[in-house]
Amino acid sequence: MADFEIKNLRASVEGKEILKGVTLGINKGEVHAVMGPNGSGKSTLSYALMGHPGYSIDGGEVLFKGQNILGLEPDQRARLGIFLAFQYPVVVPGISMTNFLRTALNAKRGYDGKDKSKQISPKEFRSLLKGELEVLHMDDSFLPRYINDGFSGGEKKRAEILQMAMLKPEIAILDETDSGLDIDSIKFVAEAVNRMRGPELGVLIITHYTRILEFIKPDFVHVLVDGHFVLNGGPEIADRLEQTGYSEWMDKEEPAALNKGEVG
Amino acid sequence: MATQPKPVEIGADYKEKYGFFVPEEYVFKAKRGLNPEIVKEISFMKGEPEWMTKFRLRSLEIFRKKPMPTWGADLSVIDFENIFYFLKASDKQSKTWEELPPDIKATYDRLGVPEAERKFLAGVSAQYESEVVYHSLQKELSAKGVIFLDTDSALREHPDLFREYFGTVIPPADNKFSALNSAVWSGGSFIYVPKGVRVDVPLQAYFRINAENMGQFERTLIICDEGSFVHYIEGCTAPIYTSDSLHSAVVEIIVKKGARCRYTTIQNWSTNVFNLVTKRAMAYQDATMEWVDGNLGSQITMKYPSVYLMEPGAKGDVLSIAFAGKGQHQDAGGKMIHVAPNTTSTITSKSISKAGGRTSYRGHIKMYPGANNSKSFVKCDALLLDDESRSDTYPYNDVDAENVTLGHEATVSKVSDEQLFYLMSRGITRAEAETMIVNGFIEPFTKELPLEYAVELNRLIQLEMEGSVG
Repeated sequence: MADFEIKNLRASVEGKEILKGVTLGINKGEVHAVMGPNGSGKSTLSYALMGHPGYSIDGGEVLFKGQNILGLEPDQRARLGIFLAFQYPVVVPGISMTNFLRTALNAKRGYDGKDKSKQISPKEFRSLLKGELEVLHMDDSFLPRYINDGFSGGEKKRAEILQMAMLKPEIAILDETDSGLDIDSIKFVAEAVNRMRGPELGVLIITHYTRILEFIKPDFVHVLVDGHFVLNGGPEIADRLEQTGYSEWMDKEEPAALNKGEVG
Repeated sequence: MATQPKPVEIGADYKEKYGFFVPEEYVFKAKRGLNPEIVKEISFMKGEPEWMTKFRLRSLEIFRKKPMPTWGADLSVIDFENIFYFLKASDKQSKTWEELPPDIKATYDRLGVPEAERKFLAGVSAQYESEVVYHSLQKELSAKGVIFLDTDSALREHPDLFREYFGTVIPPADNKFSALNSAVWSGGSFIYVPKGVRVDVPLQAYFRINAENMGQFERTLIICDEGSFVHYIEGCTAPIYTSDSLHSAVVEIIVKKGARCRYTTIQNWSTNVFNLVTKRAMAYQDATMEWVDGNLGSQITMKYPSVYLMEPGAKGDVLSIAFAGKGQHQDAGGKMIHVAPNTTSTITSKSISKAGGRTSYRGHIKMYPGANNSKSFVKCDALLLDDESRSDTYPYNDVDAENVTLGHEATVSKVSDEQLFYLMSRGITRAEAETMIVNGFIEPFTKELPLEYAVELNRLIQLEMEGSVG
């Protein structure tokens, strides 16, 4: 069994069935890409794995560290070592990024405001943060700003990657992290993920386009169409999709090209 | 009445016989209820001059004639005859620590309030040992000519200055509760800042804390002479327990030409208290008055700090937050009265309602004829934490001036599922995520507070969110 095992997962939104039985095993050390056209259920997959309350689980299991995580709250999943980099990071006014990062780190260490021995010291926090910013070649100008407030698209995604670097998850899900980004930002994200790649991290990249996969070479590629996988294989699938798009699984009117235009 | 000697003579006699500063030796039985005898007794106990005794008696008559306000929160349950209107500090100490409600004790524990301080806050001890701090501060202040006293002492030590300003901003007849306060007031702070003097440290009643000072009917008077500056802070975040259910203070402030005054309040009364406070400032030419007002506890709060913008260039600000939990109604807001041209005002009101709590914004912007080219902006934001809670806004605008700008913006929002999910996806518990969102919502207020108050307020919000504060 894989380290992170999705078994026959079915999920719906407002009564509409979106995921119709998804099975996928991710081991630490592996990078998987899930590709699919608009409306195939890609984002539903990432939200369902993280436990968004708007998505109801109709069947299946997701096994991680010896338990089915589908019954857990999002924060419990996160503390187990699962991370979701959001396609659309959410604005929270009045809370600085620094405060947010510190609170998240403390939560991960099991500090709930009572047992001070679990709390990260200001010195340790500063040096950790400084180290990650250096590795990511990021400046600290956005740290005093409110969570994602007034951030550009590129800044939001960089901030997501910084959170990932600080929290050091074992399973990271990147939901369309490349969408709406210019090529420099995509390269930035890819380099950061490549740096974090290693035997302690399993990655699930969810994307419409093949572009990011030029910079992060996946070990496995899965094609999601209409709520289930229609093709599983190695990185060669991405090359094939680059040429033909999703047309073989789609109605005729869907544009075939993958590397142009915006994600809807 | 006719058989009694004049109160001032009795007072003088009393001083001779017993010495004013050891009233413990005097046999005074506190009584419930309100009548001219009790008012005279209060004045006599304090050894006040005749004009003050008369002022009190006249105020009592006004109080009796004025009907209860029927707008705002429901006040019909207040029983004026079942209240102690004057208690000496020694009477207040009759309570013991064991008698305190458990929720109040628990909150002191969780806030980490020091032992000596919590006994004071709970009314168990009349004196909080901060005299050393207070005395060094007093030395600095008196070198600059600043007067910072409790109001009773100010009446004795600076009678002329006191009489010149007392009751000029809020006359007894202003409203039923200002009349009540005028009749039975005791304690509060008196501050005079001379021309051109800037007081660098915030003056806190906390330094000068004693039981009288946190009484139910305190009376505060602040005079900022031309070009001066002072920041006064009252209250603290720890809940103040009182078994008496009515708190009705009057705060009068005069900000003269080019001066600036900031008045910060953090109040967290126990949830049995009716908190009905009249706060008003007069701002003269190019003067600035800022009210920073935080209301957390109490059963009902009705409080609308106001600024009368009397001369050109005067500026008034109100920044307030209110938190209403189960069974609480916070009816708060502000009033800006533009009398002169080229005056500006802003009111920013933020409220949070939880577990069926109710918040109301009530505001009044008045621009008199001649207050031309004036500007006012009102912004009220309400955050509802669940479906049973409630928030309303009652803005009243009267504009009789020309070429004025008047803006009003109101929002009501709920803690969003998307924000919660985002924070929780980083491992933060639901309760902590909600607290973060609420603290983020009031951040525009918190950032105006001195650091230690800001930290305490955030901590208190956390306790309120956990529902562990009664």
